[in-house]
Amino acid sequence: MNRRDLLVIGAGPAGMAAAAKAVKLGLTVTVLDEQPRAGGQIYRDVERAAKARGAMLGKDYVYGASLAAEMRESEIEYLSGSIVWAIEDGFRVSYTRDGSGAQIEADRILLATGALERPMPLPGWTLPGVMTAGAGQILLKQSGVLARRAVLVGTGPLLYLIAAQMVRAGTPPLALVETQTRSDFIRATRHLGGALRGWRYLAKGLTMLAAIQRAGVPRFTGATDISVEGQDRAEAVVFTCAGREHRIECDTVFLHHGVVPNVQAARSLDIPHEWRADQACFVPQLDGWGESPVAGVFIAGDGAGIGGAKVAEIAGRLAVLKIAEAAGRLSVKERDQRAAPLRRMIRRELAARPFLDLAYPPFAGALAPVDETIICRCEEVTAGDIRSAAKLGCLGPNQAKSFSRAGMGPCQGRYCGLTVTTLLAGANGQTADQTGYYRIRPPLKPVTLGELAAMSVTEPVGKE
Amino acid sequence: MKTASPFLELDSVERVELSFNGELLHLPDGSNLAAALLASGVDAFRKTPVSGAPRAPFCMMGACFDCLVEIDGVVQQACMLEVRAGLEIMSPDTTGAFDEPA
Repeated sequence: MNRRDLLVIGAGPAGMAAAAKAVKLGLTVTVLDEQPRAGGQIYRDVERAAKARGAMLGKDYVYGASLAAEMRESEIEYLSGSIVWAIEDGFRVSYTRDGSGAQIEADRILLATGALERPMPLPGWTLPGVMTAGAGQILLKQSGVLARRAVLVGTGPLLYLIAAQMVRAGTPPLALVETQTRSDFIRATRHLGGALRGWRYLAKGLTMLAAIQRAGVPRFTGATDISVEGQDRAEAVVFTCAGREHRIECDTVFLHHGVVPNVQAARSLDIPHEWRADQACFVPQLDGWGESPVAGVFIAGDGAGIGGAKVAEIAGRLAVLKIAEAAGRLSVKERDQRAAPLRRMIRRELAARPFLDLAYPPFAGALAPVDETIICRCEEVTAGDIRSAAKLGCLGPNQAKSFSRAGMGPCQGRYCGLTVTTLLAGANGQTADQTGYYRIRPPLKPVTLGELAAMSVTEPVGKE
Repeated sequence: MKTASPFLELDSVERVELSFNGELLHLPDGSNLAAALLASGVDAFRKTPVSGAPRAPFCMMGACFDCLVEIDGVVQQACMLEVRAGLEIMSPDTTGAFDEPA
């Protein structure tokens, strides 16, 4: 089996930019990505969708096509439709493609596996018709599928972006039910200086809001006690706003209160993570280049901490500079010279972030949901089940599995992990760092016996 | 379970025939299977093994596993598959019938 200088996992902005840069620096590169076409989630299927509906999706989305084209035109081994399920020391990566298992070896690995929607457990959030706002965007980008009667629930710029896109598409949402409050905004104003340095983001936000308002979409802010009602599917969103209960009938509910790093692959490698209070999530420990304490494993993009698509792209290139230097393709001096402008760009792109994080904080009612709310979608475990486990002496998420089965279903904790940590920490009076997170083990995604049987297995990895 | 679709399709792509729980559907060839099923009016993709509650796609990015369907005896994520002619798609059996002797 051929051994690559660099293996990139994920073909979003970080992965695409990193792979193209690495090839330019003379490295042999393979990219493994789950999707049939490059782009990740933010630029999902961008080369096709930008042609079909670029005007509706906007310039920021269409830009992603240039990254996909650059990768496509480079000497990269790009293996689309590859589901990675194990990463072993040395490094050997196992994945499934076209119905059979396969393995590849590499000197260094760049994890560019991006973000997941922050879980937003509310009563009724498991009903058909309730989806993440990201899912709504994916339906629109990749498939040109639009919800006719949707209510957007939660907080943050992505909510405005999808609302603005729906307005442009001619099917505006029925309402925006937003959870941020006026006092969140006032608290955020102390970061207004930074926000003004990142004025492009603010200007975009104001333009989107204006378009939403012009379309006559009702906005409710400071919403609390939110639930989705329905028998076999979503039928209405119910919430309290300014002391009054509201009920809006709809077919589709898009939930969003931020995105969080997808930590599955990094955690499976025992990379230490720490709680970041400003983003209310765990982030991996990395050096200034994105290299983890597991030497040779780099992380770039939202998987390293939420920064958005532009930061991801630049961080991908930054990581490659250290990778190329370690592989003897750049001197330390060249590496550092090339890094300086990239670091300045990242700082500029991140300038508005502290303002946004405070102005649009996660919805408290979904961070610590009421007892009857399902928090583990797979095993249908409620917030009350986790609190009961804490009362019985359960301190950490791994113990909570034995108490409740939370995190033991097919999603492997992706959509309950942060909630379980937060609930246990709250019940036990501990910090999130003390409480910890699920131990993630391979296989990272299900693999069938047939896929394993069809795999050509390589010799154990020998250290050179 | 199929109702009038809560979704609007912008693209007109050649359609191919496949079936979902025995019902014939005509979906856009090569499109994302979960999106196409939703757009055709399929409400619930499956029932949960725990309580039998109906579920449908939630994340559309291969992470949540709510869109599981069974094709050729293999339970798979519909959002990670593409529409092909002749697919016989079933909701995964969550009744425990597999455990009973034949």
